[in-house]
Amino acid sequence: MSINLQALMAQLLVGLINGSFYALLSLGLAVIFGMLNIINFAHGAVYMMGAFCAYFLLNVMGIGYWPALIIAPIVVGIFGMILERTMLQWLAGLDHLYGLLLTFGMALIIQGVFQNYFGSSGLPYAIPAELQGGMNLGFMFLPIYRGWVVICSLIVCLATWFLIERTRLGANLRAATENPTLVRAFGINVPRMITLTYGLGVGLAALAGVLSAPINQVRPLMGADLIIVVFAVVVIGGMGSIMGSIITGFALGIVEGLTKYFYPEASNTVVFVLMVLVLLVKPSGLTGRTT
Amino acid sequence: MSDDTIPTARRPVRDEMIAFVIMTALLLVVPLTGVYPFFVMQGLCFALLACAFNLLIGYGGLLSFGHAMFLGTAGYVTAHALKVWGLSPELGILAGVAGAAALSVLTGLIAIRRQGIYFAMITLALSQLLYFVYLQTPFTHGEDGIQGIPQGLLFGFINLAKPITLYYVILTGFLFGFLVIYRAINSPFGEVLKAIRENEPRAVSLGYKTDQYKLLAYILSGTLAGFAGALKVFVAQNASLTDVHWSMSGEIVLMTLVGGLGTVFGPVVGAFVIIAMQQYLAGFGQWVTVIQGGIFVICVLTFRRGVIGEIAHYFKRSL
Amino acid sequence: MRNKASAVLLGAALALAASGAAYAQDKTVKIGVLTDNSGLYADLGGPGSTVAAQMAIEDSGMAAKGWKLDLISADHQNKPDIGTSIARQWIDVEKVDVLMDVLNSGVALAVNNVVKEKNNLMINSGAATSDLTNAQCSPNTVHWTYDTYMLAHSTGQALVKAGGDTWYFLTADYAFGAALERDTTAVVLANGGKVVGTVKHPLNTADFSSFLLQAQASKAKIIGMANAGGDTTNTIKQAAEFGIVSGGQKLAGLLLFISDVHSLGLPVAQGLNLSATFYWDANDQTREFSKRFSERMKTKSKPTMVQAGVYAGLLHYFKALEALGGNPHDGAKVADKMKEIPTDDTLFGKGMIQPNGRAIHPAYLFEVKKPSESKYPWDYYKLIGTTPAEQAFRPLAESTCPLLKK
Repeated sequence: MSINLQALMAQLLVGLINGSFYALLSLGLAVIFGMLNIINFAHGAVYMMGAFCAYFLLNVMGIGYWPALIIAPIVVGIFGMILERTMLQWLAGLDHLYGLLLTFGMALIIQGVFQNYFGSSGLPYAIPAELQGGMNLGFMFLPIYRGWVVICSLIVCLATWFLIERTRLGANLRAATENPTLVRAFGINVPRMITLTYGLGVGLAALAGVLSAPINQVRPLMGADLIIVVFAVVVIGGMGSIMGSIITGFALGIVEGLTKYFYPEASNTVVFVLMVLVLLVKPSGLTGRTT
Repeated sequence: MSDDTIPTARRPVRDEMIAFVIMTALLLVVPLTGVYPFFVMQGLCFALLACAFNLLIGYGGLLSFGHAMFLGTAGYVTAHALKVWGLSPELGILAGVAGAAALSVLTGLIAIRRQGIYFAMITLALSQLLYFVYLQTPFTHGEDGIQGIPQGLLFGFINLAKPITLYYVILTGFLFGFLVIYRAINSPFGEVLKAIRENEPRAVSLGYKTDQYKLLAYILSGTLAGFAGALKVFVAQNASLTDVHWSMSGEIVLMTLVGGLGTVFGPVVGAFVIIAMQQYLAGFGQWVTVIQGGIFVICVLTFRRGVIGEIAHYFKRSL
Repeated sequence: MRNKASAVLLGAALALAASGAAYAQDKTVKIGVLTDNSGLYADLGGPGSTVAAQMAIEDSGMAAKGWKLDLISADHQNKPDIGTSIARQWIDVEKVDVLMDVLNSGVALAVNNVVKEKNNLMINSGAATSDLTNAQCSPNTVHWTYDTYMLAHSTGQALVKAGGDTWYFLTADYAFGAALERDTTAVVLANGGKVVGTVKHPLNTADFSSFLLQAQASKAKIIGMANAGGDTTNTIKQAAEFGIVSGGQKLAGLLLFISDVHSLGLPVAQGLNLSATFYWDANDQTREFSKRFSERMKTKSKPTMVQAGVYAGLLHYFKALEALGGNPHDGAKVADKMKEIPTDDTLFGKGMIQPNGRAIHPAYLFEVKKPSESKYPWDYYKLIGTTPAEQAFRPLAESTCPLLKK
């Protein structure tokens, strides 16, 4: 196969676009893991809920894409907080395994219910009028919507990183996970903080869902297989590391893009090759602190 | 001999013996009760698989999220040996188990170097790689799988095509595997494993080469999981990609958890519960996944020790 | 009924002996619909297949003629293991006489073996693999509706003849994808076309833009999608985004159902070419059936060809039973009778069942309408070509089915 430089450039760009979804999703997962110590297997399901929420806002209430970008994550985030309050909080201090199992069960329920009411093949959602069409970059045709996805994802990722690593709120949050008793002694409502954090993580996943609704078919199972890849991203980036998962998310998109060009069959597998290699060389992930 | 003072020092072996006798007796009479034997056979294969998995997590503290790779590998090798090479059932099983054993040595050397969630992730990644390999190699026939595998004559005279014969052969295989695991748990080797699970640095300081113990446990677990996979070929008469998929690995974890992690009999009960759910919920039409999910949620929220774990806890016994 | 311990096991032998003599009076039939009720393919078959089977039972009027018909259904969850164990249990314990639908090729091939071993009957409607009536054919299996060979031929031939002589394949890296690509390639070449490239993608890929860029760069006139379900709908949606169709290339769905078109919506799906053996809006009879069907569906959807195939296949099965005068509880015997009687029903028209179990009927090539051409809900297709039954499916001369070599 002759390497065509233009085609390669196009693949890199496309990879970056996909990377923005991975980054957003793994960011949410990392936030939840870092703060709650829970591996949120329901992440794919809430991603799907975000997309469905956008669909309903449009088709039932006539609310378009732009408000949906804000409303859907809030609605789904509130749903997530209810889940945390009613179920997840009882698992505090237990092995990771139980959180994983509980969220896995929740994912099955959510996906099953959606499947029952909306069928398996899904619903259409159009690209908003402002972002339709594309531009010719010379080496490829870039749909404007895809460009928007990258920008939006980058902004949200950096904002989240800033919120958690650089603000007082974030500092409290991090402290609360290290030593909840001490933080409570300072008069901070730790359980409420944890609930809000879970809501934030879930909201991020829902945002990714809204962003993907115009690109992917809005289907009940759209997030089912994604979770394992996104989880791998978090592990490679270093469990719980915010910046690690953002960078790894984008990087994985690019690596996948290249794989799709050179050995397309393996494009869903390459993430696991990376994971084995990274874990062997640097056990705590690319940016993780040693545990 | 006062119990309760040092709970880990001496295991109440008598309770376990009684439970074992009851279990064996129940399983022996199954074909006479009108319960559908194929269902029980499938349950037995998964029960052995879950027991093998439990050896690693319940006693070694290592959560493998890729145990389906042993099940699937042994299944494919056995299926291929029987169908294409025309080997006899005992050689087919042997080939499958050998395949799983070789795989467990290879993956074990890589995975055992990491712990906790990282161990889980590495096993997951390795099994995903293997899934890809099985998808690409022609002998597995992709998602169509290997079909119509002949059951043949075990040792040249036991006709496995007869359901009742097959049932007792599978049961024998299961009991054999179960006893191997039981023996391993209660041997000095098992005690060291438990010591490593409780406190690895201390075990190291006592002079144990903990990595070797963990590797050995991993290989034993993988090989026995392979044995379960090889037996399953005779029941299902097919080998397919579902057995290597990560969701199967997840199911193994679920079975063990539902039954009771780190209990001797828990995985057996858990396997039957999950298999029964898949089988009997199938008639509920579209609500299967919802009901399944609901059961997991309830399990985790209300009886976290698993079915057997809760019973054992209630009676203050070890089962 | 419960304590039939040894009876269940001994019963197999006894039943065989007894069935020969006493079946003439036996007019009880149990039908099992084995399908995907909760997964990826639930919209193609799923609950709709059960509804179709129920309608066939009612429409057949068998009850009035003294027959007692029972219907059960189960979800095989797309796992061959679960599929085979349900099939075994149905046949052994529930005494099911015929298994309907069984979509998903992997499950169908596995169940195919069980059904043969137990001399039961499968009337398959949803599985794509042509192996069911080819290398792995069985005297106990009848394959209705469609298969990869027919899809490849109908779509491939018509498009090449219409000038689409250069092809690029987007293929799911699975056996059905490979089979579709292989069969279509053969047709394209035989009709003087050319395949300029192909890319294999993993199953359940979310993003197709990389593959679409490669397809775009190939400048092929036709992009053949040898994939299914969510993969196909995502490909189509993203192809619209990347301006593939507006750039002059045409998309051909090799395994696409009306439920997929419905979920995509016409603005995205317009201009697609696809093959089917049944379209709800074809004539008054199909419209009448479809109206009754959708009234019973929770989602109010029109029937897919798979669901229609369950209905038609079951009606033909009843015809065979009536001709036999009773239920012999002997799958191969009923299958032989089904092959003897020419098929003729309101949904698929006239046809026959070949000795290898392949039901043949005409196949149609459709183009998805533009939004402006669609006059009422589910008005999606316009007919652009018909292939007669004998040419739509694999000719017996090419079949490797062992049943044909007697």
